[in-house]
Amino acid sequence: MNAISLNNNERIVFSSIPVLSYDQFMEQNLVLLENDSCHCISYFGFHFDGKIRLVCCIADDTQNSILVSSAVTLKDECLPSFTAHQQAFHAFEREISENMGIGYTDHPWLKPVRYPANRADRKLVIGNYPFYSIDSDELHEVGVGPVHAGVIEPGHFRFICNGEQILHLEIQLGYQHRGIESLFLEKKNLLQKVILAESIAGDTVAGHTTAFVNLWESLCNYKAGKDLQSDRTIALEIERIAVHTGDLAALSNDIAYQPGSAVFGRLRTPLINHFQLWCGNRLAKGLIRPAGTHFPYTGQLADQFLRMLESWEPDFNEMWNVFHKLPGVMGRLEKTGILSNEQVRQIGAVGITARSCNLGRDIRSSHPHDYYSQINHQSVMKRHGDVYSRAQIRREEIRQSLGYLRQLVNDLPVREPYKLLQLQPEPGSFAISLVESWRGEICHCAVTDKNGELMIYKVKDPSFHNWMALALAVRNNEISDFPVCNKSFNLSYCGHDL
Amino acid sequence: MIAFVLIFLVSLFFTGFINRTKSIVSGRKGPGILQPVRDILRLMKKGSVYSETSSVIFRIAPLIYFSSIVMAVLVVPFGSDSGLISFDGDFVFFAYILALGKFFMIIAALDTGSSFEGMGASREALFSMLAEPVFFVLIGSFSLLTGCTSFHNIFISLNFSSYISYATGAMATFVLIMLAMTENSRLPVDDPKTHLELTMIHEVMILDNSGFDLGLILYSTGLKFAMYGALISNFFIDSFPFYISIPVFLAVQFSFAVVAGLIESFMARFRMSHNAQFIFALASVSLMIFIGVLLMTGKLI
Repeated sequence: MNAISLNNNERIVFSSIPVLSYDQFMEQNLVLLENDSCHCISYFGFHFDGKIRLVCCIADDTQNSILVSSAVTLKDECLPSFTAHQQAFHAFEREISENMGIGYTDHPWLKPVRYPANRADRKLVIGNYPFYSIDSDELHEVGVGPVHAGVIEPGHFRFICNGEQILHLEIQLGYQHRGIESLFLEKKNLLQKVILAESIAGDTVAGHTTAFVNLWESLCNYKAGKDLQSDRTIALEIERIAVHTGDLAALSNDIAYQPGSAVFGRLRTPLINHFQLWCGNRLAKGLIRPAGTHFPYTGQLADQFLRMLESWEPDFNEMWNVFHKLPGVMGRLEKTGILSNEQVRQIGAVGITARSCNLGRDIRSSHPHDYYSQINHQSVMKRHGDVYSRAQIRREEIRQSLGYLRQLVNDLPVREPYKLLQLQPEPGSFAISLVESWRGEICHCAVTDKNGELMIYKVKDPSFHNWMALALAVRNNEISDFPVCNKSFNLSYCGHDL
Repeated sequence: MIAFVLIFLVSLFFTGFINRTKSIVSGRKGPGILQPVRDILRLMKKGSVYSETSSVIFRIAPLIYFSSIVMAVLVVPFGSDSGLISFDGDFVFFAYILALGKFFMIIAALDTGSSFEGMGASREALFSMLAEPVFFVLIGSFSLLTGCTSFHNIFISLNFSSYISYATGAMATFVLIMLAMTENSRLPVDDPKTHLELTMIHEVMILDNSGFDLGLILYSTGLKFAMYGALISNFFIDSFPFYISIPVFLAVQFSFAVVAGLIESFMARFRMSHNAQFIFALASVSLMIFIGVLLMTGKLI
């Protein structure tokens, strides 16, 4: 094994990452992925010393470690692909090919990921993209988006249907591309960087910002105190409960079940209002900052939170009990959008999607950060992989998170006096930060140059893996069940498009 | 004449009552009762936009659809007062004039060339086809029971005397309510609220309609509901004098709207493939009415 092993939020010297020949690099990472406890968290390329450096990060869930190795290649080179052997790499290799101009000899479908502004081949535009099509008199194609009927983000969905039945779904994204990763390098001010991290995905502000500040602090050799760790964990867990509750409302709405939509929708509000009370923003923007905070979580806030839960929890439980006992609701959710354990393993799915198929991908237990290292987190797992499993996971994670939150707010750590620290990252460093957001694992990864400036910043939202899961789940379902399947994953467009 | 005027009056409030019921049940204040009418008036003042690919079919379809419903309303009687048009076999006319309007909506949806509207048209055609026997077995049974073939004669000769006839009356009301929900594309068959083009039936067919045309189509929903409500109320209005029959009519329409609102509040929409089964189930309830009638007329035993 010729790879360097590091932990979540550990800084290493970039030059200590072994550089292998491409064949060796490929063989080693493919062998690693044969083990079920390993999955690829990030695989990217960047220009380095006039060549292209490929860096592959594989997380080992049982060893709590991350194995990093790298290889050097040149632009316009044609390489054998990892994907031909392990499909979990498909999106990463498509991204590398699109950004770096590397060709692959045996990649099964090298379709563009997001048409970034700095792509290698400017001639690749969505306008001339050949969508997958079938020449048949019996089948018909339905194209949805990028402008959607519901007010959500843009994405294009191309269905090939046999009557009402979906045979194939192709998803093409990239309409939300803002160039987040290059903006991280351009913006020199730390505050600008944090605000960028906050705007990666509006529904995962706490998740992405925690990933960024943890990464920044590890690059600067700063260890956040117990108070900051506790604050960040509280923010992550409130965000998890709020979005999960909102998702249950959205699921109810898609099956036209009015009480669920009304009650779950209402229950989301007190949670995000608690963020408003805490930091003045309902989406937790401005809350999390590197090496300090403007909004310490106080005992007064804790009292208000606990009081709010007294009425919140009975309402939630009552609604859930009605919801999951109603035959009409179950008829729509059960056995809809089924994914198998084998499929989620193949595509390297993470988060709720993986856990609904009995695949335990959960950073909170495998690579714990912040307060999670003090609790022995047991992931909520389901086996059936249908829409109902994903709804059940949401409900049980809400219950679990409420337990963690009660524990956290009842036992607030002694606060250290906050002073604004101007930290500077160590030169020539490499670090990875993994965070379990409500949607799944977020991976931020950075390399600094010899002046301590960011040289490369990679963001990976869980949606990057999971969009494929949606495409697989809707196969052989009715096309009218697509909205409810889509909502059960609730993937991010902007988190994917960056 | 009186039926026509009353149905028109009720149609203005019907969707408003459904929406208000749903709002109250979900704990919201909700829009005013007349909001749907205001929306329709606003739409009618607007001009329509027509796609370049659509032909004259698309332009005339909303008008034909609307007038077909008006024609159907004309044959609906009110207690002892017959409809404006009344002749032997007018319930066949009633069913097929409605089918004609629907047919034009379907071909107009296909005319737009949109893949969504094609899907909606195919769904609408399937469910209307399945709903047709439900209606004919139901009215045919009463025709057999009374020996008459026009709505007016059927309803005035219909008198409830035995337990079986009460049972058939109750079942007929149920079938007519569910049929009205199906024909109007409401829950549990279709959800008018979702606005997800992949799941809709009727709503997806009218995606390309705008302005006056859309206003007509939306108003038709209220009119259709009121028309089915009038049919149901005829089961309850005997040859009462007007000062009793009109309040009974309004009460029946009001409870119909509330029931529709409650159904929409407490049910989830069916899976698309289960809709056909649901309509089959309605057809079998119709058959039970038919058997009940055979029992009553002594044709079975």
